[in-house]
Amino acid sequence: MSEESFLTDDFLRQLMNVGEVDIVVGLPTHNNAKTVGPIIQTIQSGILRGFPRERTAIINADGGSRDGTTDLVRGGSIGDVGAKSKVNALRTLHSISTDYSNSSDDSNGAAFRTILAAADLLRAKACVMMSPESANIEPEWVSKLLRPVLDDGYDLVTPTYRRHKFEGLLVTNLLYPMTRALYGVKIREVFSSEFGFSSGFGSKFLEQNVWDDRTYTGGAELRFTLAAITGKYRVYQTFLGDKMHVERRGAELVPALRQTVGALFSSLGPDFPAWSVADFASAPTNGSDHQVLLDPLRVNRKRLRAMFSTGILELESVFQSILSPETVAELRRIADMGENNFRLPAELWVKTVYEFAISYQKSAINRDHIIQALAPIFRGRVYTFLTENRDSSADEVEKNIEALCLEFERMKPYLLQMWKSIE
Amino acid sequence: MRALIIGELSTAFHEMVRGFAHFLPSLIVMLIIAVAGWLIAIIVKVILRSILRLIKFDKLSQNAGTSQLLAKAALPPATEVLSRFVFWVTWLGFVLLGIYLLGIFGLQDQIARVFVFLPRLFVAMFIMFFGLLAASFFARAALLAAVNANVPSPGVLSTAVRVIIIIFTTSMVFEELGLAEQTMVVAFGIAFGALMLGLAIAFGIGGRDLARHFLEKRFVHGKREDNNDELSPL
Repeated sequence: MSEESFLTDDFLRQLMNVGEVDIVVGLPTHNNAKTVGPIIQTIQSGILRGFPRERTAIINADGGSRDGTTDLVRGGSIGDVGAKSKVNALRTLHSISTDYSNSSDDSNGAAFRTILAAADLLRAKACVMMSPESANIEPEWVSKLLRPVLDDGYDLVTPTYRRHKFEGLLVTNLLYPMTRALYGVKIREVFSSEFGFSSGFGSKFLEQNVWDDRTYTGGAELRFTLAAITGKYRVYQTFLGDKMHVERRGAELVPALRQTVGALFSSLGPDFPAWSVADFASAPTNGSDHQVLLDPLRVNRKRLRAMFSTGILELESVFQSILSPETVAELRRIADMGENNFRLPAELWVKTVYEFAISYQKSAINRDHIIQALAPIFRGRVYTFLTENRDSSADEVEKNIEALCLEFERMKPYLLQMWKSIE
Repeated sequence: MRALIIGELSTAFHEMVRGFAHFLPSLIVMLIIAVAGWLIAIIVKVILRSILRLIKFDKLSQNAGTSQLLAKAALPPATEVLSRFVFWVTWLGFVLLGIYLLGIFGLQDQIARVFVFLPRLFVAMFIMFFGLLAASFFARAALLAAVNANVPSPGVLSTAVRVIIIIFTTSMVFEELGLAEQTMVVAFGIAFGALMLGLAIAFGIGGRDLARHFLEKRFVHGKREDNNDELSPL
């Protein structure tokens, strides 16, 4: 099998000792000693409560932790959890760990590939990926993500969360509306760290071997979701609860753009036959597909606007290689606006994103530079979103997101027109 | 006396005719080589132009910044310039080869030197082009990184990166061409050293407050501010 080449002999030996299983729980880690213990216990508890009869293996793919993360995973005791949850396991619950190559920036992708390969070799019926950074993971999440696969035959189960209205703005202002407009499927979390999937779909995706594609730049999870849509697999959404990270990672915008927007843009080429003719559909959802928290949140809006204006001014020569002259002129005009009048409207934002997608496709300049150049403009969009929704209720925020989605859909012919002109 | 003059003239004329008759085949060979070289140069030009268009050399040149330089000098696109250059170099090579075959004393050494110099000229052009490409790439990378990290004066940083790489490339080009090697090495050392010293003085003394503010913001308050005031994008 092809996966044998990137799995270590030791890991293959461990997998052979496990034999066949029904469920695989994937847990990618890298220096998560602070959180991985409770998360392993929660996962085990979820398995014991929801799937006491199924053979299960927790596969930890670790990126070379130096804080004892892997020891904590291996030392997770099934007996203790059984006693705590007052449920005894009827089958062995294995917990194995392996190191994967963490030489690239795409550590998540490498971990995901390892887990997919392990699930394939163990002939699991269903798999679930869990994040070691979720601060509020519940045992029920395991059931919520696996049941639709095992009981109803869905191929991919994505989560929906209750979030603060100003969290996850890359999702609400670009990823969700753009994938919805282009691919025609309403999936709120196209890039998530927790999701369930069938082994059939997982194996098919593994066969596609996107990791060895020269255009691959990361974001395997997003490509996984898009592969489910374009492959006409059955997708389901399930509401998990609050989305809370252990650490807020506000400063990591550029890596986030690479992983998500880079993956989305690079998928547009091979997926063109699918998205150019896609009809609109909505994935079935268990529970609410969106819930919004409205607590006060301290955000340095002044800094966002300053970084937008500086970016537009300093990167004008770069934008001239990426955007149309009208869009550059419009962005310049907005950058010069005072704080009170400043607004990056939805139409211009969508037009800008689509022009970036085209430049990415054409490789107008280095593709990574194109993604980095989007960061200042995104900050301007974030500033506008914060201003427009400062006093908005949950429904009003959702209404604004819906309006943005419709704008992405309305402008889709513009993208198609540009796309056809470069072919 | 008259007969002697006529005889001498006749001998000279015959010598000249013999000399010309002896030279004529070489001249014809030279002309044939020049014409054949012209045809070969045209074929090379057409093939090269097609290959350059196929590999989108103009776009590469645009990324390197050479297209902009050519446009400012009212020259045609990079593909055309390179094709024409190769045409002229090829044809000139054939013409020089033809002249070499004429066997004119003194010219042969000079022509041999030109032939020895040509590969170095090509290597120098290669270094210059890729040097400009690298300068453009790294200057843009520095600019984007500085803008996204909110570093003050990102344009200055980017220009400094570009200038350093261009100076470095130029010194390599001159070294390859063998032109004023010593002068270039010394000039490069002085220019690079002066630039670094200037930056150190500007940052350490001239911009003392700015440096302190920047370092404090970056390593003392910066992290806290980032974590508290920025939102998780995902």
